[in-house]
This record gives sequence, structure tokens and C-alpha cells, in this order.
Amino acid sequence: MDPTTLAALWGAVILSGLYHGLNPGMGWPLAVSAALFERSARAMPRALTALAGGHLLAMAAMLLPFSLMVALVRWEIEIRIGAGLLVIALGVFLLIYRRHPRFLARVKPTRLGLWSFLAAVAHGAGLMLVPIYLGICATLETDAGHAAAGALMAQNFTLALLVALAHTAAMTLAGGALAVGMYFWLGLKFLSKTWFNLDIVWALSLVLVGVIAVAEAL
Amino acid sequence: MNLRPDPTFHATPQLAMQAPVENFAFTVMLSPDGSQSDGIAVVDVNPKSDTYGQIVHQVIVPYQGDEFHHFGWNACSSSLSPLTGHAFLERRYLIVPGIRSSRIYIIDVKEPLEAKIHKIIEPEEIFAKTGYSRPHTIHCGPEGIYVSTLGGGGEDGTDGPPGIFIMDCQTFEIVGQYEMDRGPQDKHYDFWWNLPQDYMVSSEWGLPPQFENGIVAEDLLSNKYGHSIHFWDLRARKNVQTIDLGENHQMALEIRPAHDPVKSYGFCGVVVDTTNLQGSIFTWWRGDDGTWQAKKTITIDPRPEDAENLPELLKGFGAVPPLVTDIDLSLDDKYLYVACWGLGEMHQYDVTDPMNPVLAGKVELGGIARGTKHPNGKPFAYGPQMVEISRDGKRVYWTNSLYSTWDDQFYPDDEGGQMVMANVGENGGLALAEDFYIDFPKGLRAHQIRLEGGDCSTDSFCYPNV
Repeated sequence: MDPTTLAALWGAVILSGLYHGLNPGMGWPLAVSAALFERSARAMPRALTALAGGHLLAMAAMLLPFSLMVALVRWEIEIRIGAGLLVIALGVFLLIYRRHPRFLARVKPTRLGLWSFLAAVAHGAGLMLVPIYLGICATLETDAGHAAAGALMAQNFTLALLVALAHTAAMTLAGGALAVGMYFWLGLKFLSKTWFNLDIVWALSLVLVGVIAVAEAL
Repeated sequence: MNLRPDPTFHATPQLAMQAPVENFAFTVMLSPDGSQSDGIAVVDVNPKSDTYGQIVHQVIVPYQGDEFHHFGWNACSSSLSPLTGHAFLERRYLIVPGIRSSRIYIIDVKEPLEAKIHKIIEPEEIFAKTGYSRPHTIHCGPEGIYVSTLGGGGEDGTDGPPGIFIMDCQTFEIVGQYEMDRGPQDKHYDFWWNLPQDYMVSSEWGLPPQFENGIVAEDLLSNKYGHSIHFWDLRARKNVQTIDLGENHQMALEIRPAHDPVKSYGFCGVVVDTTNLQGSIFTWWRGDDGTWQAKKTITIDPRPEDAENLPELLKGFGAVPPLVTDIDLSLDDKYLYVACWGLGEMHQYDVTDPMNPVLAGKVELGGIARGTKHPNGKPFAYGPQMVEISRDGKRVYWTNSLYSTWDDQFYPDDEGGQMVMANVGENGGLALAEDFYIDFPKGLRAHQIRLEGGDCSTDSFCYPNV
């Protein structure tokens, strides 16, 4: 793969992070709410950290198993196609079953980290990163084609963490910026004015990522 | 599903108060003897309209004998919390239960003048899926639509305790019982909550045999109606504390938490104190140690009256009890309105300091052995009962019927349904609007009112006022 592809893949990691971060459904308004409850802006970074922690964990939980699998270089193509199909399947499922999982509503409002983790898992935010991540792995394997399996696994593991971190950082930055903006300048009216229903867009973007992943693998 | 949040959803109570005012009210019409079908009256409340103060549309249901009482919206401002995960619901459907039939109607009011029945849920489905009967209060919350019930299973609703069940907020499928650990709760009436603080409060009226065929005087005098309020861990669905208000405080009904979610207090109205016939309001709050407390902060005295002027039920007491049957709190948490259905008075209390309410305004209308006429000269049957406040707090609407069989016991000579409105003064005070008086179609009585776009007893806010 050429450097442009690699840059595009990392771009996708960051862009999907920004996309998750800007969506109020992923939690940034809860940071504003926390600050208003405690009557102190200091509650905002705390809440954002909890949200970021949960999101990071969800990303890592999805990527790390794959990082162990890709050590099996022999099956690289098959795994990439499988991951792509999985993401397509989730996207199609979300298009048909347009409902929010009710169990999320049972999480206590004080447990933002847990909520953020479950929300990211339930909506497939973590899964979306898998094909992108596998794409990045594929570019590296050409250099390390003959490396020992153990070294390869360690490399992929580190890469998975990097992808999760970069994505979560982008998400937190985007959501944090909106939270700070709303708390200090824009006011709470901003929330209902700028919240868009992205359910269909989200499901379609899962399908798109999956299709690209399968096409690239072939 | 909308592409944007419904424009009637507001992050804070403050924003709801600044929103455009209501153009329509929806009011329950009920046939006290089941000889006609019940319905929802759509009332024009826009003073600039030619049909101001008139019923402009009616949704009449196909069955008879439902006995409509309370009802509510499918969705409210609580949708704006990411935690609920359904930000794009429409505030479009009224969930209207029949407390006698246990049937539930879902009424589509997207176009108020063309409001129509969207779905009917038959009683058998409710019995089978929840084990409860006689659905009552509706609130929309994190897990969907919550419905309180007054009866358990069996013919007379005493087979098992009543409770709350959950309905899906998109399909209106009944999901099942809410409670996982109800503790000592064995009766039910109203409930409400504070969503970010994750608590719920519920109250007690009595079991179906204690109200369906009229008030049971022996049960009242032996303090067998409900007198406790229950505090719940909302999302854990667990009763964490029960406060007994004292057995003489019979019928703890409406629960009204402060609207600003940063506050941890609220009110509960008690119909009658059997030791002195007083009506009362309790303030409940969370103490510094995290446990709940409650204290009587308002008492309303009975009025002495000659026995010959009193209905059979009250002759022995020689007095008219106030009968506090409904209360409602304005969105700024400033004024608490208290309906004294026996006296025939609507009180307005300044509850800026919730522990020390101050009477700020009062209107006399109807009443046992008094029957005060409306300022326009027309009669008002029974007394002020279900009360609803406009979001901006400037108009207070109310109707007159309490409950079919009870109306007949306390007001044996009255009949009719009326809805009136009072304007709130700049610094408190309350005055009936002469040009707003609705006489309901013959044979129908009026109960709860809901206002287009939400009102002061429907929406739960998830963000504190700024």
C-alpha cells in the first residue's frame, strides 16, 4: 500500500473520532449538565474524562482481539473480509431495527464511564474502527512480512492501542469543545437547536466502511 | 421520529417558560355512569382566536364505561438527555387510560383539530403482561412510558399490589412491571421523579374496593386509605425508603417535585386529616445524610356548617372539609396551587421557601354548601379540582369533577362539567377570567387537562436552570 492509503486510514481514525464526539448522543451534553449541577466548570473535565475512558475501553475491547488474530498472517485477507462483512451486517441491522437499546437507560447517571462504554459498544462505534485498523496493519505487514509471530503481535497490539487513543482523543476534543462552548457562551438552547438525527447516516456509514474494507482486502 | 428534537422539548424549566404559549388544551370528558362514551375535548385557549374558550374538536372513543381520569404525553423534555437515547421522539400522542375499564387509548394529536385514536390497548393485554389493573398516571422517562396503576390482579384488583408498568415509547407495546423490589408499598396513586438525581417518589390513594363504588366511610374513619409516600432508586427499580405521614393523614395523592433538577425537594397533597378534617401539604426533601424527610408545611382548616346543609356523608361532622385533591407547581418552582375541592377554593402558595409556604392568592368557586358562582354569573358544579398551569406560569386552568362516584356523595345535588381559567398577577394573586368558562356537553364531566406543548405536570427536565 502507498503512503496516501496509510494517511487516509489514519485520517479515517481521526474523522470518525470527531464524528462521534460532535454527536450529542455520545454524551458531551452530560458534561455541561455535570458542570451546572456542581455550579463549577471544573466538573466538566471530570465528566469528559469519564466519557472518554468508557469510549477508549470500548474501542480497545473491539480492536485488541483482532490485534491478536492478525498475527495469523495466513488468514489476513479472510479476517479483513470477515470484519468488513460484520460491520456491513451491523449497519444493515441498525437500518432495519431503528430502536435504542433500552438497557442503556438503566445505567445510573453517575456512572458516565460505564454508560459511554456501553453506548459505544451498542452502536458499533468500536466495530467501525476494526476494518480501518486492519487496513493499517496490512500496510505494515509488507515491511514486517518475515518477522516472528510474537514481534508481529506486539506491533499490532501497540497499533491497536494507538488507533483507540487517537480516535478517543479526537472524539473528546470535539465533544469537549462543544461542551465548553455551550457552557460558557452558547447556552442550553443550543442543544435542541443543533442536535440532528444521525441514526440513518450512522448506519449507512457503517455499511460504507465495511464495503470499502472488503473491496480493499480483495 | 424527527430529524431534530421536538421544538416543545426544553433542556431546562427556564427555557420551557420562555417558549411560545399554548394554543390548545386537551381535557378529559367522562360519562359518570358509563351511559355515554368518554372522550378528549380539544379546547381553544388562544385569546386571539374566534373560537377562544370553546371546545373545537372531540375525540370520542368507541367503548363505554372506561372512566377517563388522568393522562399524559408519549414524550417530553426528558428526551433531551443523551442517557435516555431517544432524542428524536415526537410529542404527538396522548396516552389516555380508563381507570374503570383498564383500557388504554393512544390518541394522535399532531393536528389538534383532527385528533384521532391511533391505537387501543385492551384490558386483557394489560392484565396478562403486568398483573396490574386500573392504569392512572402517565410519565415519559428513561425506559419509555411509565404508567401507574391503582389495582392489582383479579376481579376487584386486590390480587397482589398495584404498581407501575412500562410501555415502549415508540410502539406502545407493554413491556412489563417496573418494580424489582417494592418494599412495603401495597397501594398506589401518583408518582414522579428527578431524572438526573435518579430518584422517584410514589404515593397512595386506596385499593379499588375503597373507591370504585364511592368513598368507604368506615375505611376512612379507621384510617385504612393510603398515608405513606415511597422513595425509589429510579433506575435500580427499588424502593429505598417509605415515609409514613401518620395514619390520620388519609390519602396522600399528588407528588410534585421541584422542576429544577438541581433541587432535591417536592410536595405531596393529603386529602384529609381524620383527627380534625384539615387538608394538608407535606414538603419532602433529601437530608444531608442522604435519607428522605417529610414535614407538614401547609394546613387548611375545615369550615363549620349546619348539618342540614351538608350531604349525608358529612352531616355527623358539622363541617366542610377542604379536601385537598390536586396540587400543581409552576415551572419556576415559585407557586404551588392547591385545589380545595370540598371548600370550593383554589389556593396559591408562594413556596419560594419550600419549608415556609405563604398564601399568596385565593379564588372561591363552587364548594359544598356554598356553591359560589363564577364571576360571569354561571354556576360551577362541585369544586375546583384538577389544576394545570401554563408553562409561563401566567394562566391556571382547572376543572370540577373528582371521581364519578365521589362527586355524587359529596355533591348529591350537582351535575355537570366545567373548565375555567384564572390569571396570575404580576406579584402573585389569582383572578378568574370572565371570558373563559366552558360548560361540557350534557352528561359529561371534566377531569385532567393537558396543554399543547407540555405543561407543569408533564415534563421532566434534565438540565439545571442557568
